[in-house]
Amino acid sequence: MTQKSSAEHSPAAFYNADALPPVQTRRERLSAYSIDELNPVSSRSAEWRFSPLDRIEKLTSGDRDGSEIPAVYDITGAASVNHVPMSDPLVGRCGCPEEVASALAWHDAKNALIVTASAQDASEVWITRESLGGSARAGHTVIDVAPFAKTTIVFDNRGDALLSENVEIYVGESAQVVVVNLQQWNPSAVHLASHFCRISANASLTHAVITLGGGVVRINPTAHLAENAGSATLLGLYTADAGSHIESQVFVNHDAPNTVSRVSYKGALRGAGARTVWIGDVLIGREATGTDSYEQNRNLILAEGARADSVPNLEIETGDIVGAGHASATGRFDDEQLFYLRSRGITEHEARQLVVRGFLNEVLALVPVPRVQAIVHDALDEALEEVTA
Amino acid sequence: MSTLTITDLHVTVETEQGPREILRGVDLVINSGETHAVMGPNGSGKSTLAYTIAGHPKYTVTKGSIDFDGQDVLAMSVDERARSGLFLAMQYPVEIPGVAVSNFLRTAKTAIDGKAPPIRTWVKDVKQSMSDLRMDPSFGERSVNEGFSGGEKKRHEIVQLDLFKPKMAVLDETDSGLDVDALRVVSEGVNRVKEETGLGVLLITHYTRILRYIKPDFVHVFVNGRIAEEGGPALADRLEAEGYDRFTETADA
Repeated sequence: MTQKSSAEHSPAAFYNADALPPVQTRRERLSAYSIDELNPVSSRSAEWRFSPLDRIEKLTSGDRDGSEIPAVYDITGAASVNHVPMSDPLVGRCGCPEEVASALAWHDAKNALIVTASAQDASEVWITRESLGGSARAGHTVIDVAPFAKTTIVFDNRGDALLSENVEIYVGESAQVVVVNLQQWNPSAVHLASHFCRISANASLTHAVITLGGGVVRINPTAHLAENAGSATLLGLYTADAGSHIESQVFVNHDAPNTVSRVSYKGALRGAGARTVWIGDVLIGREATGTDSYEQNRNLILAEGARADSVPNLEIETGDIVGAGHASATGRFDDEQLFYLRSRGITEHEARQLVVRGFLNEVLALVPVPRVQAIVHDALDEALEEVTA
Repeated sequence: MSTLTITDLHVTVETEQGPREILRGVDLVINSGETHAVMGPNGSGKSTLAYTIAGHPKYTVTKGSIDFDGQDVLAMSVDERARSGLFLAMQYPVEIPGVAVSNFLRTAKTAIDGKAPPIRTWVKDVKQSMSDLRMDPSFGERSVNEGFSGGEKKRHEIVQLDLFKPKMAVLDETDSGLDVDALRVVSEGVNRVKEETGLGVLLITHYTRILRYIKPDFVHVFVNGRIAEEGGPALADRLEAEGYDRFTETADA
C-alpha cells in the first residue's frame, strides 16, 4: 500500500461519507440488499480499496442482463438443476450482500439456478459456462445439499464474460460437499462473485477457486460455520498474467462450537504488472469454543512489476479454542531450491518450472476432483512453459 | 577412467565487509576408484571446496582451475557440471515443496542421461535403491526432503548417488547428524556404488568415524583454506588421537 497521511486515516476522511461508521472488524461490516445501505464503490472503502474500479464499472453501476446464464449441465448421481424466481424460499438462506456489486446482482437476477443434491446417491454436477459473451450479466445460483448427501459441483468457466453473480451454498447436516470454481476465461473477461456458504452440523465443505485466466476475477467466498462441528476447507490457486487482477476476499465465520477451517491460497504472478489480492478474514465468535482454524496465503512473484497484496486478519472473541493461526508469504524463487535441482543436472528453465508447479501442486493436491486436477495440470504445463524470470 | 584436477584454487565469498578469501590455493587430483578424505576443523573451507566444485553462485573463484577429463569445470553451469558426471551430496539438502521424490528422481535422471530411463527397469531400480538405503517406498510420493529427518535427507542423497551413477562424487559431511546405524547404511551405499561404477569420491568430514566404513586411499588435512598435510589412512588415525590442534596452532602463529 502507498503511504497515507494520518489525517486521511481519520474515520470521516477514510470513508468520505457523512454518517457511515468505520468498519473496524469483519463482524461489523455492513450487509444489505439495498445499495443505499452499503458503502459506496470507492478506493477508500474496505470492500473495494484494492480493486481496479474502472475495469468493473459496468458491474457496479448501470444495468445488467439478469436472464438465465447459458450453461451446459453434466449431471451424474442424485442431483438435478432447475430455475426458480428470486422470491423462492430457497433463495437468501445463506447470506446477504456486503457490497454494491453483490447487491446489484441480487437485484438484477431474474431467477435463480437451483442445484439440488440429495442423499440417495453420491452426485457430480459439472456446469460448463463458455458462451456468456461480453455484455454485462448478473446471475444467482443456489446449491442446495440435503443432509447426509455427498456431492461435487464444478463451475467450468471459459470464454468471454462480464459477469457479476451471487452463489449460495447450503450444506445440510453431515453432508460432504466439494465446490470447484475453475476460471480459464479470456484475458478480457471480468468476473465478480460473492459465494455465501452455510455449513450445518457435522457437515464439511471443500470450496476451491482456481483461476488460470481472466482480466479481472474477484471471487469472494464466505464460509459460515453455523452449527456444531462443521468444517470448511477454502482453497485458492491462481496464475496471474500481464494485466490481470485476481482478487480473493475470504471470510471464515466460526459461529458454533468445535468448528474447523483451513484456508490455503497460493498464486504465481507470471506476467509483468500482474496483480493479486488476498484478504483472509477469520472471525471466531463467542459461541465458537473449540475452534480449530488456520489460514495461509503464499505468492510467488515471477515477473517484474507484479504485485501481490496479502492481508490476513484474525478476530477472536473466545479464548477457549483449539488453535488459530495464519501465515502469509510473498517472494521470488528460492535460489537454494534452484541450485539443488540444477546440481542434479536439471536445467535452470526446467528447475523453475518444477518449483512453480510444486508450489501450486500443494493446493491442487487438496482439490479432490481428479478431472479438475488433470485439466489444471495440462493448463499449467502450457502456462509455465514461458516462466523464466 | 576419469580425473578431477583442482589447481591452485582461490575462492572468495561476499560479506558485508567486502570479499573474504576462504580457499587460498588448493591442489588436489582425484582419479576414478580413489577415495580422498578431506578433513579439517570447522571453518577451514571444506564445504566451500564442495560447493565451488558444484558451482554454487555464492562463491567466486579468483584464481586457479578445476579440470574434469579435459573440460573446464569453472566455465560450466551448475547443471552442466552435474550432467558431465559430477555429483554433490549436500550437507543440508534443500526442501522442494510439492515436488514428489519420484518425479524429481526421474526428471534428474532424464536430464543427466539425456533421455528418459526405461520405465520398467527404472521403477525397479528406484525401489531397490530406496530399499538398500532403508527408505520406505512411501518416500517416493513425498515432497523432496520436506519433513525428512536429518538421516532421511542424507539417505536420499545416497539414493541419488546410486541412481544417477556419476563419475565423481563430493560427499559434504554426509556423516553429520547420523546415528551409528544410519552411518553404516549410508556408508554401505557409497561403497556399493564405488564397487559397481568405479566412482571417485571426495569425502569431506570433520570426524574420523565415517572412515571406519568408507576406507580412504588418501587423507588431506584442510586448515585455513589450504591443504596443510597429506598422507595415507594412517594420517586419519593420527588425527583421531591428536585432533586438529597442532595444525590450527601453526596456522595461528
